[in-house]
Amino acid sequence: MGHTLIEKVFGRKVGREVKPGDIITVDVDWCMIDDIMAPFAISKFEEMGFSKVWDPNKVVLIYDHFVPATQVDDSRHFRVADAFAEKYGVKNVHRTDGICHQLMTEAGYVKPGDIAFGTDSHTVTYGCVGAFSTGIGYTEMAGILGTGQLWVKVPESIKVVVDGTLPKNVTSKDVILRVIGDLTASGATYQSLEFSGSCIENMSVASRMTMSNMAVEAGAKCGIFVPDQKTCDYCNIDYSDEIKELYPDEDAVYSRVLHYQAEDLVPVMACPSLVDNIKPVSEIKGTKVDEVFLGSCTNGRLEDLQLAAKILKGKHVAPYLKFIVTPASRKIYLEALRDGTLEILSDAGAIITTPGCGLCCGRAGGILSDHEVVVATNNRNFLGRMGTSKVQIYLASPASAAATAIAGEITEAPLDLF
Amino acid sequence: MSNTFTAKIWVLGDDIDTDIILPTEYLALKSVEDMKPYAFSPLRPELAGLIQPGDMIVAGKNFGCGSSREQAPEVVKALGISCIVAKSYARIFFRNAINNGLLLIENQELRDVVTEGELAKVTPGEKIEYMGKTYEIANLPDNLMEILNAGGLVKAMRKRNGLD
Amino acid sequence: MGMTMAEKIIAAAAGVVSTKAGDIETVTLDRLMSNDGTTHLTIDMYNNKLKHPRIADTKKLVWIVDHNVPADSPKTAASQKKMRDFAREHGIDFYEGQGVCHQIMMENYVRPGELIFGADSHTCAYGALGAFGTGVGCTDYLYAMVTGTSWLLVPETIRFNLRGKLPKGVYARDLILTIIGKISANGANYKAMEFAGEGLHSLSIADRISICNLCVEAGAKTALMEVDEVAMDYLKEHGREPKACYQSDEDAVFAETYDIDLSTIVPIVAKPHFVDNVVPATESYGVKIDEAFLGSCNNGRIEDLRVGAAVIKGKKVAPKVRFLVVPASRAVYNQALKEGLLDIFMEAGAIVMNPNCSVCWGACQGVIGEGETLISTGTRNFKGRAGHKESFIYLASAATVTASAIAGQITTADRV
Repeated sequence: MGHTLIEKVFGRKVGREVKPGDIITVDVDWCMIDDIMAPFAISKFEEMGFSKVWDPNKVVLIYDHFVPATQVDDSRHFRVADAFAEKYGVKNVHRTDGICHQLMTEAGYVKPGDIAFGTDSHTVTYGCVGAFSTGIGYTEMAGILGTGQLWVKVPESIKVVVDGTLPKNVTSKDVILRVIGDLTASGATYQSLEFSGSCIENMSVASRMTMSNMAVEAGAKCGIFVPDQKTCDYCNIDYSDEIKELYPDEDAVYSRVLHYQAEDLVPVMACPSLVDNIKPVSEIKGTKVDEVFLGSCTNGRLEDLQLAAKILKGKHVAPYLKFIVTPASRKIYLEALRDGTLEILSDAGAIITTPGCGLCCGRAGGILSDHEVVVATNNRNFLGRMGTSKVQIYLASPASAAATAIAGEITEAPLDLF
Repeated sequence: MSNTFTAKIWVLGDDIDTDIILPTEYLALKSVEDMKPYAFSPLRPELAGLIQPGDMIVAGKNFGCGSSREQAPEVVKALGISCIVAKSYARIFFRNAINNGLLLIENQELRDVVTEGELAKVTPGEKIEYMGKTYEIANLPDNLMEILNAGGLVKAMRKRNGLD
Repeated sequence: MGMTMAEKIIAAAAGVVSTKAGDIETVTLDRLMSNDGTTHLTIDMYNNKLKHPRIADTKKLVWIVDHNVPADSPKTAASQKKMRDFAREHGIDFYEGQGVCHQIMMENYVRPGELIFGADSHTCAYGALGAFGTGVGCTDYLYAMVTGTSWLLVPETIRFNLRGKLPKGVYARDLILTIIGKISANGANYKAMEFAGEGLHSLSIADRISICNLCVEAGAKTALMEVDEVAMDYLKEHGREPKACYQSDEDAVFAETYDIDLSTIVPIVAKPHFVDNVVPATESYGVKIDEAFLGSCNNGRIEDLRVGAAVIKGKKVAPKVRFLVVPASRAVYNQALKEGLLDIFMEAGAIVMNPNCSVCWGACQGVIGEGETLISTGTRNFKGRAGHKESFIYLASAATVTASAIAGQITTADRV
């Protein structure tokens, strides 16, 4: 019987064939700890009685939720994590470089076929390069720090096939929102979302990241893409036979197959306050908006900023509307600065903040108050996520977000703009 | 695990996400005790103050969806919740709860019949009795029972490291 | 008897021929600036305490959201929304996320000879263009907003005659800290601080704003500088004409007069927890820092960013130091972007933020924790101002702050 991509990743890791439902113990290639969770993971690690970190070179500490710090105890997290890094010889510490999920692939850590765990649910992002990655709690992270291992139940896979070419105002964000809407927020629980099809093959790695990032919003354990030449270029490695072998078998068994024709897809948004409450933008057009947020590990990459700049060039955001742009990493900020993207956005009235989680994690970066409406490119619109529980959050693509910022009300990017 | 207990029921809906269980702004408080008053605050700000040790939560599908914040099950446990009965759980929350020794029970029917404030009798791994009717419940897989029986992952690791 | 600059501006605003220190005058205001620090309180009083609320002259009002940008809590978001909605309803000039209020006022509104109230203590910065700016509370602001007028006790003036030029590597910030150290934190209470002399001509508008801005830290009611060619050029560049250019009369009476030779000034640091606790920077060498801040209405202008960028170009921020660089306005941000300064800072590892008050205000960005030390170009180093009550703030010039960010400890630019 053939194997799915995730079965192949795990099978190679444990050196034998695996099937869904198998409970296996895997050696961990990377573990990522963010600033919010670091003190908790560290204290659990110490409580567990370990005297050393199994492999300090495989541990990456990233400060992003609290950059810049907004509360007096925030910097305590930096100090605790810094002290841990020093004591146990952890060299991979990113203090102000951007969002953890952006950095784990951008800075060259996670590669195709790797196994990575992180103390944040959007750790699923690294599936964009054909790795298995998923979010865990800080207690399990503490266990990995000591042992280098974790148990995993091999998941069943749902195959999501997208063929064809997307309309110009539809991005990979619209695709994944649509998939989540169809699956529901719990429709992929415990399962792997495996993406394929000609549309996916033509997507940039950045666009794929948007989709793997949001797999968790359908409850998935991971969202994974077949690593190809593009992936290897991004990871700065050879497209070797070993990587090619990860390609899922023709006769692999999937619990479900979803098929989409890209030409049929339209711009959509996730409406308050559930990620699976998906509606075509045309149905909610005209909803007045107070703020637009472009950023996060979902959509804070260069191509997202460039797309917004293309739409905003020579225009200005609507009066009284706040348009907050938070690039996902220092590298992206610099690239967007050098290619003129930031200048266009700033001229259009954007408030450009420093790279970090920003508004997405709901501690700063553009918090809203009762009855305000925000259109955001990030991954969650949960009740109270960006302010009070009376804030209405719509999740959108960078294109829809930029068009909405100009109009001051929900709208999709007009096709003649491209 | 045949320690039968009786608990007062608090009823919640589907997709109770981790931002509802504990909003991000309270994640960095120094202790779980400090976080307790804010549990469930976006949805029911009064709830944390009303829950008494030993009470249980009965909820719909996808309980605990969202972030990997382990503060979520920790704060629920700290409130004294004896167990959660839900139609289904999000996977990270599920693992985190087990690792903290918080009992989670999966049951499809109970949520649709219970009334908040009523009592239910729970026999872990076997059944729940409510209003004269019995609802069967399954046991957890062995590897998880090991962690639960050890009293959570920290204790299991301490044992491994020869500390307890 | 002759009049001082302050007396002349007040006399004109009061419609009287002359006035003198100690008199109380009813004045008509030229401009009323308010920011998100207190405007929501003003609006509450306007809506709830007044029998027949009306605004005397909407065109004179400028409201600026700059303190918590972007908003960091539902509470600040709610007060900003209140301000935004009110401004929108009444057609008040409104800025949000465009920069620090005083910088926006300098770029867009302030004219020599004007009398301006700002609901913020650093309104005295407007003296850089020969305008009488003074900070007021929201009750005074509300009165002025509904009547267009207010009363003022005409201040005595301390006169500073400047001569010579600042040495290389020494900045306006060092000068004003030296002055505050000399006259103390309440040395100019209720008084105007007036700057004149040939030494003034060597100072840019940025330098002048930096000096006037900080005069409130000596207790001054306002700060004033004579309008010269440099000031006229700035106005022209920004498309404005003076209302009136005043100079103190030769026989004006000053409470005190200081002669300052700019060439004698050295890099200065104000140590915790008072602005007048100044020492030469050399005496603070080696103090370990956790954070450095280049920005604020005091030192977030393009000139300051140029100084910082020149110091850090090709170097890196010390590994554990958080170096916040916060342009004072969108115009400054855009200019810094075009000149490649933002590139230099980001490449060096700085945290470049959107224009706003940032850690100078201490609530929304770069808040420091228990036991931490910040070196800052902000306006104040009061205990707890930037975060935890047990933390430490040193104030210094853009050059010293940037050099310290590189070294991870207090040092001056000549040593990195």
